Amino acid sequence: MKIDDWLQHNTFHHEEFWDLLELIKAKEERNLKISLCIPTLNEEKTIGKEVVLFISELKKRYPLLDEIAVIDSGSTDKTREVAAAFGADVYLASEILPEVGDKPGKGENLWKAIYQLKGDIICYVDADIKNIHPRFVYGLVAPLIYRQEIKYVKAFYDRPLAYSKKFRPSGGGRVTEILVRPLFSLYFPELTAILQPLSGEYAVRREVLERIPFPIGYGVETSHLIDVYRQWGLEAFGQTDLDQRIHRNQPVEALGKMSFGILQTFFKRLENNDFTGKVPKISPLYRHFQAHHRHYKQVVQEIVEEERPPMITNPDYRRKFGLPDS
Amino acid sequence: MSLTLQTENIVETLPDIRQALRHYREIILASSVMMGEIPAPTNGEEERIRFLSDRFNESGLQNISIDEAGNATAVLPGQEGRHNILLEAHVDTVFDRSVDHSVALGTDVLKGPGIADNSIGAAAVSILPLMLEKLGIRFSNNIILLGAVQSQGHGDLGGIRFFLDHVQMPIHAGVCLAGIHLGRLSYSCLGMLRGEIVCQAPTETFWERSNARGAIVNLNEILTRILSISELDEPGTSLILGSIKAGNAFNTIPSQAILRFELRSEKRGKVTIVQRKIAEIIRAVAADSEAQTELRVITRRKPGGIKSNHPIVEGTRAIMAALGIEPTVAPSVGALSALIAKNIPGVTLGLTSGQNLHEFNEQIQIEPIFTGLAQLIGVLQMIDRGIERP
Repeated sequence: MKIDDWLQHNTFHHEEFWDLLELIKAKEERNLKISLCIPTLNEEKTIGKEVVLFISELKKRYPLLDEIAVIDSGSTDKTREVAAAFGADVYLASEILPEVGDKPGKGENLWKAIYQLKGDIICYVDADIKNIHPRFVYGLVAPLIYRQEIKYVKAFYDRPLAYSKKFRPSGGGRVTEILVRPLFSLYFPELTAILQPLSGEYAVRREVLERIPFPIGYGVETSHLIDVYRQWGLEAFGQTDLDQRIHRNQPVEALGKMSFGILQTFFKRLENNDFTGKVPKISPLYRHFQAHHRHYKQVVQEIVEEERPPMITNPDYRRKFGLPDS
Repeated sequence: MSLTLQTENIVETLPDIRQALRHYREIILASSVMMGEIPAPTNGEEERIRFLSDRFNESGLQNISIDEAGNATAVLPGQEGRHNILLEAHVDTVFDRSVDHSVALGTDVLKGPGIADNSIGAAAVSILPLMLEKLGIRFSNNIILLGAVQSQGHGDLGGIRFFLDHVQMPIHAGVCLAGIHLGRLSYSCLGMLRGEIVCQAPTETFWERSNARGAIVNLNEILTRILSISELDEPGTSLILGSIKAGNAFNTIPSQAILRFELRSEKRGKVTIVQRKIAEIIRAVAADSEAQTELRVITRRKPGGIKSNHPIVEGTRAIMAALGIEPTVAPSVGALSALIAKNIPGVTLGLTSGQNLHEFNEQIQIEPIFTGLAQLIGVLQMIDRGIERP
């Protein structure tokens, strides 16, 4: 599937799925169960709002979700109490599959959710979203309900506040633009079409989740994209524009740690995909994206990093500075 | 058309209604959060009105519309539908669109700009039809739901006044909803004048040359004289000095100063007398200083209301008593005055307790909301049954 085709057919906006009654009808016709997993670690300030909103809007008013679960990494604040008080099913990650042990990291919670939850589709939503809204769930699960061939739907957000020209940049985060997109441009060019590869919100079919490994730390989102892409191709992905997402901004030190974790995951994938030792010819094409209203197009730029040899190898230089011929 | 006091068989059910409402806590809280997170400055309420209108649609109401003023309206049809009872909440807030409108939900409180005034009120209007359906409560008469725009400041109750001027169904009684405070009972309104005093001085260069001191000094002179107006010392008349804007720096004499104020009085004619005196003071200071000064009247309302023994007032007191609410009688300067101006009997009620009104950390308590909503349902039932049938 060509990137432009994929962008046209597999990129959605949450407003396309505003008719929740229609969506629930389609879900019931396909006999699907949908679980929401909110991984947490010390999120007492925001978790109550997320739980209340999803229970009210996507369980009581519109029964799209069959279960709403908080899987907690051992919060030391009142995250679990608040979530339970507002009606979520609350689990400690360490108590799920205890025989395999407990590893610290968000990926652990996501992985154990596959065991704990019942859904044919699991939707993961981070707990630190200040402007939480039902669209964060229905915008992601809808493509999976309506389109059988789509298996993994990522969120994207963050439009720039101002742009002067007709086209605006697609607006990934700092680690995306500085690390992940350049890496994908080099090794997995088609994956650059996923506008926000590191977003923490995605909905996935169980048949996929149960067949891919889960790094427990920063690399989980990157590894998913590579692993799903290698097994099912770009056409297995969808992505949905969820408008703005307001969340805590990470300090630069945290971004450094995140990048380090992602690099480890990435190189491990290169090794597993038999890239080691035979790195493919490095492409000089850097791929990024522009949006015009809701139409997205890729922009391919040739960035050739040419190199000059050490000056000392230049004969004129050697002559000028009286160096003997090499 | 008249009203009689009909609270039998209502007051005894109210504690059960309050308890039943707790089952819908998530819906009540989620609606309040979603309403509160949509910015709605006066004259910029479109998105919040669309949300409210969508909720009316989802509840299967009739005659859903957004009128020319921008109000959201809908009708919850009564079984007989002979009379019409208005339920109003204004949707606009005092906060600019650029303010972070995130609402924080704790175990006991909702916190965010505008949540008390009046996101919770607008949310209550949005969920009332659903709550009534869940509780199996039906009315004989039509309930007209109104999310009103342009209620604050310069809006001058533009939304509800437009609605009452143009509504095609006669309104027989009304209830206005305020977020805070639970126990509020308003059935009369004050005479009120909301205005600005603008002092305009020449530019800095001129003032430096003439050793004069600028617009702040002129405004101070006006203010000092206003505060000595004898009528302001009388009980029932008051002056609220709301805001002053002047100058930008330590070392630049400002050329403009603006004072915003609200003058209130329970006594007929008193606001006019004080307004005249303020105008005389402004003229005198202008003559002394050669500065340009101006009194701009933003809003003007006449005092009025229904009597304390009106069946709606007595019935509301009985309903409050049944729910253990201590009534606090206070005249209104809000939407109720628009009803009163049209001779429509009505009351303004509060929904919950709260703090930090009009601050960024405005907050409301969750637990009293259930009592506030039970009170609202009881008052609507009481009016519904008390309206004389032809």
